[in-house]
Amino acid sequence: MLLDPLARLGRSGLDVLARFGRGHQLLLAMVLGVGEVLRRPRLLIAQVYNVGVLSMLIVGVSGLFVGMVLALQGHYVLARFGAAESLGLMVAASLVRELGPVVTALLVAGRAGSALTAEIGLMKATEQLAGLELMAVDPVRRILVPRLFGGVLAMPLLAAIFSAVGVLGGYFVGVGLLGVDAGAFWSQMQAAMDVREDVVNGVIKSLVFGVVVTWIALFQGYDCSPTSAGVSRATTRTVVHGALAVLGLDFVLTALMFGG
Amino acid sequence: MMPSQGPGDAPGVRGEDVSAGPSGGARASATDDVLVRIRDLTFRRGERTIFDGLDLDIRRGAVTAVMGPSGTGKTTLLKLITGQLRPDAGRIEVDGVAVHELDKAALYRLRRRMGMLFQSGALLTDLNVFDNVAYPLREHTDLSPSLLRKLVLLKLEAVGLRGARALRPSELSGGMARRVALARAIALDPEIILYDEPFTGQDPISMGALVSLIRQLNDASNLTSVLVSHDVAEATRIADHIYLISQGRVVAQGSPTEIAAERSTWVRQFMDGQPDGPVHFHYPGPALAADLLNRGGR
Repeated sequence: MLLDPLARLGRSGLDVLARFGRGHQLLLAMVLGVGEVLRRPRLLIAQVYNVGVLSMLIVGVSGLFVGMVLALQGHYVLARFGAAESLGLMVAASLVRELGPVVTALLVAGRAGSALTAEIGLMKATEQLAGLELMAVDPVRRILVPRLFGGVLAMPLLAAIFSAVGVLGGYFVGVGLLGVDAGAFWSQMQAAMDVREDVVNGVIKSLVFGVVVTWIALFQGYDCSPTSAGVSRATTRTVVHGALAVLGLDFVLTALMFGG
Repeated sequence: MMPSQGPGDAPGVRGEDVSAGPSGGARASATDDVLVRIRDLTFRRGERTIFDGLDLDIRRGAVTAVMGPSGTGKTTLLKLITGQLRPDAGRIEVDGVAVHELDKAALYRLRRRMGMLFQSGALLTDLNVFDNVAYPLREHTDLSPSLLRKLVLLKLEAVGLRGARALRPSELSGGMARRVALARAIALDPEIILYDEPFTGQDPISMGALVSLIRQLNDASNLTSVLVSHDVAEATRIADHIYLISQGRVVAQGSPTEIAAERSTWVRQFMDGQPDGPVHFHYPGPALAADLLNRGGR
């Protein structure tokens, strides 16, 4: 009796490790299945549309508001030091380096990630995945691989849209409402932003987040218990685990890229 | 839940050479005719033993019905035959090949010779009826679009749903969905087709159509059919050979006539649908009075 809680703890620890192992096995199987999307690019295009195009509205609108808020907050601080002309640089650097990749990944985890988990989970619950296997079609290659690479490709594109719309939002607030000089807004940005340091690092972050968010979403759907409660739990886990993974990885990547 | 008799009381019990036993199947006679051979199969889920030394033969060209009460592992048996599950012990051979020893590529090659009708139909919900039936053909053949179209229409004609080819799975009734799934299952002209509870939840018309279809398809295409069901009347109507399984073993087997003549109490309770008998209605538990007086939580 006294050892029951310890046994439970051990059992849940083993469950977590087993799940972790299954997740990595699935990732490996998906990466090895890359040939499927090369042979059938239409599958990939369909998933770039599902994950990317269908997420554009929420990403664009969010980017606009984040850029506008950045400009408001940034102007308040910069004006105190007489550096309001650097507003464009501050908005662009914040978006391209950090907020673009991170917030886009969080939004994709919430919108497209949860949809992917629910789709795969329901395909499992309604025996569609088993049906494919019985037709000698590997569901990992046919269903999951195009979705993984679709998500990985869509993420940097969405982050670029987020950052671009955010910069426009910042311009609208900074130049249009707060009276910052338009020339200074753009020229400071152009002079100080570095392709390698800022843009490439932002794209690398987006690619990593794309892999992680889509992988988590697909694994949760594929590994879920095939019941309504199981699919519901898996969908929740996708958003929670995806968000935590993105935030944790962002710290690690930022430390590696800009930590000195 | 326990049958009052042991399996030894029934005809064709475990331990006998099931392939040599009597069968009412017109085509089932020689041992060489066995397409699926299961020997000493043991399969467990956690603590629970689903199969405990099961022996079973499926003969080529015959409709074999596997029946038994709910929860006896009938669907699990189909999953073991198709290699979706691996046995804990014993052998499962399809056409002489041990399914559980195959690697993934070999298993997929074998599955191209099999068709399975799932209880739910398992149609791909984002494709219409035509594309669902065309799916295995597109995946595994290089047929021209016009030949593929003709083939799909013929398969749909066979199940009476050529006119429904543009419908989505959500627009189909349960019976129609199963017939579409049947058309898809026979798209690649398999040698063996496995039916998982095909009659469950069907109205009498759909049921009648399915019963006739299974028999006709089997005979017209020289298929081997395995029918897992607990619908006694329908399964008995079309089966050449029947296996009754319970408690992880074959408790009776034979032709429908032989099973109808079987007098063991377990077989009679199942075949005649008697509520009382060796199989109890209540799941094992403490006495009701003791349970009601117990102040514990649940």
